[in-house]
Amino acid sequence: MSSDAAVIPFGACPLPLVDSDEILMGHGSGGRLTAQLVEQLIVPAFRNPALERLDDAALVECDGARLAFTTDSYVVTPIFFRGGDIGELAVNGTINDLAVSGARPLALSLAFILEEGLPISDLRRVIESARTAAARAGVPIVTGDTKVVGRGCADKLFINTSGIGAVPRGLRLGAREVRPGDAILVSGTMGDHGVAILSQRLGLELDGELRSDTAALHELTAIALEAAPGLHAMRDPTRGGLAATLVEIATREGHGIEIDECTIPVSDAVRGACEILGLDPLLVANEGKVVLFVAEEDADALLTALRRHSLGRAAARIGRVTDAHAGVVTVATAIGGERILELPFAEALPRIC
Amino acid sequence: MKYLDEYRDRDVAQALIRRIAATVTRPWVLMEMCGGQTHSIVRYGLDRLLPSPIELVHGPGCPVCVTSLEMIDRAHAIAAEPEVIFTSFGDMLRVPGSNGDLLRLRSRGADVRVVYSPLDALSLARANPTKRVVFFAIGFETTAPANAMAAFQARKQQITNFSLLVSHVLVPPAIASILQTQGNRVQGFLGPGHVCAVMGFREYEALAERYRVPIVVTGFEPVDILQGISMAVEQLEAGRAIVENQYARTVARDGNRVARELVGDVFEIADRKWRGVGAIPKSGYRLRAEYRAWDAERIFDVGAIDTREPERCISGSILRGLKKPCDCPAFGKECTPQTPLGATMVSAEGACAAYFQYGRRATREVA
Repeated sequence: MSSDAAVIPFGACPLPLVDSDEILMGHGSGGRLTAQLVEQLIVPAFRNPALERLDDAALVECDGARLAFTTDSYVVTPIFFRGGDIGELAVNGTINDLAVSGARPLALSLAFILEEGLPISDLRRVIESARTAAARAGVPIVTGDTKVVGRGCADKLFINTSGIGAVPRGLRLGAREVRPGDAILVSGTMGDHGVAILSQRLGLELDGELRSDTAALHELTAIALEAAPGLHAMRDPTRGGLAATLVEIATREGHGIEIDECTIPVSDAVRGACEILGLDPLLVANEGKVVLFVAEEDADALLTALRRHSLGRAAARIGRVTDAHAGVVTVATAIGGERILELPFAEALPRIC
Repeated sequence: MKYLDEYRDRDVAQALIRRIAATVTRPWVLMEMCGGQTHSIVRYGLDRLLPSPIELVHGPGCPVCVTSLEMIDRAHAIAAEPEVIFTSFGDMLRVPGSNGDLLRLRSRGADVRVVYSPLDALSLARANPTKRVVFFAIGFETTAPANAMAAFQARKQQITNFSLLVSHVLVPPAIASILQTQGNRVQGFLGPGHVCAVMGFREYEALAERYRVPIVVTGFEPVDILQGISMAVEQLEAGRAIVENQYARTVARDGNRVARELVGDVFEIADRKWRGVGAIPKSGYRLRAEYRAWDAERIFDVGAIDTREPERCISGSILRGLKKPCDCPAFGKECTPQTPLGATMVSAEGACAAYFQYGRRATREVA
């Protein structure tokens, strides 16, 4: 190694100013700005043990019953995209937040914020696809709300959801349970949703095989829980992609993480689109994938079990948790080098060079 | 993926590293000129794989980093004008000027949009006849043909609500400037592959001869870069100083004639300020007089723009390979990636940001 060698993050070229008096789009990106907003403004205001864990769903106990409780909002544009739409995305996404918390989803809420002028036919289509997704998953939508705002005050339609699920007695699952030595698995290819949306939004003519991976993961996570008693944590790598998930766990829990780039599944279509767009598939959102942290001795059994399910066919083992370099995620690169994986600051912006 | 995986092959890369190690007998300082090459070096951890006598210095080849503070402030002033849709390549949006960046301007109501091509900006102008669409035309010779085409089409179709804010920079004058610097340490260059795909490499032959310095026109994949380094080291060890073309699958000696002619028709050579380096004579392009009606600098009177680079910043010396980031008293103190004073900390590819990240990890490992 050259004496002056340096490891620097792979990401967009310029580093931004991070202090701001106004909300920037980057505050919603799932990157460092989002983390700042949550940690500096939101958590201090509402501080309590369930919230502080910042897992995908909070754990609430009542008379001995353990419930997982989660909420999410969906503002995707376009509302109809290759591989799904905002209705299906909202249902699946909420089920997934419960599923990765180890919960059996029990019921969902669905609230619409509608922009004046939205064609009723569009709303009908979204409702129908939310209905189908909920029915397919066997999770009822039990309550909801509808509000209308003036033209220009929302973009067509926004959806807010919440979900509750039952958590098995004695289950210990979550970022805090992750241990050095754990193997890290992903359930399939990375980057499909984000790249499909972006290429459609940009009107790029490369969307032939690009489809959102939106899917409900509760069956797959139930299989994982059964197959691997040593399963320590699951996450769905949505905004900010795999990178945000891994960096968050490394920094928040004080572990080092090592992953091997060559083992991370990425479809050829997504790889190709990312090459053209100048994006890193590891930073791009997924909507039907899970990242799993599991005790080494259970890793092989878990991988075998995941691969038996249609949503886990491309599952792979991508790395491990280590007690070296706490808080830092390193990537072994294709040619045998190493780099540090960084949480993106804000939206992934295409590079000029 | 075909045409990419071959150039990211572990065995080929490792063989090249062994070859470099077998060739090198003494320390050499090489500069890669392109931000894209720096990006690959970092992306694949190449610098950490090279034998220790070889030092890579990251050149001033990241166009968003070297765009002058004055031009960025001008862009911000224009973007804040009424009825303006300001369009730019994505990563320019985050580059800080004297008062924030384009993302912040957007949050305050400015219409700032990312485009993938200047021709998309031109289409935007056609679709919004009541708006004034400005494209921030930055970059090296690589982006010049597409930007020239946008100006050419705008003039041809008489689209009058479109203009370009031009801040193009050129590689050969920057190489000459680095080599003329007192105390220069750079002994060989990885030449800019995509710039040469447009311009060819005859200009570089004159530089190699005049300054007795090897220049290897090099691509952007890890195997390209390692091969470029290997070729440069072989020249240095043998005492040769010529231009060689590692990137022959893309670059011809005379470049792309059609593109060069278009660039010549639309742009003329001009002096240009580089962020962190200062003014370099004849180091950029500006629009020719016949394109004045599409020149945002002439159209928008945003007043005099007076900027000053922070005095404590030594990024000019760092971009030339003269000093190390740790030589700077501000490094890691008032200057961090979150609060950059200069170009080399602004860019994730910049040497200072690189040292900052690496230092961070080294500290954690010790702790």
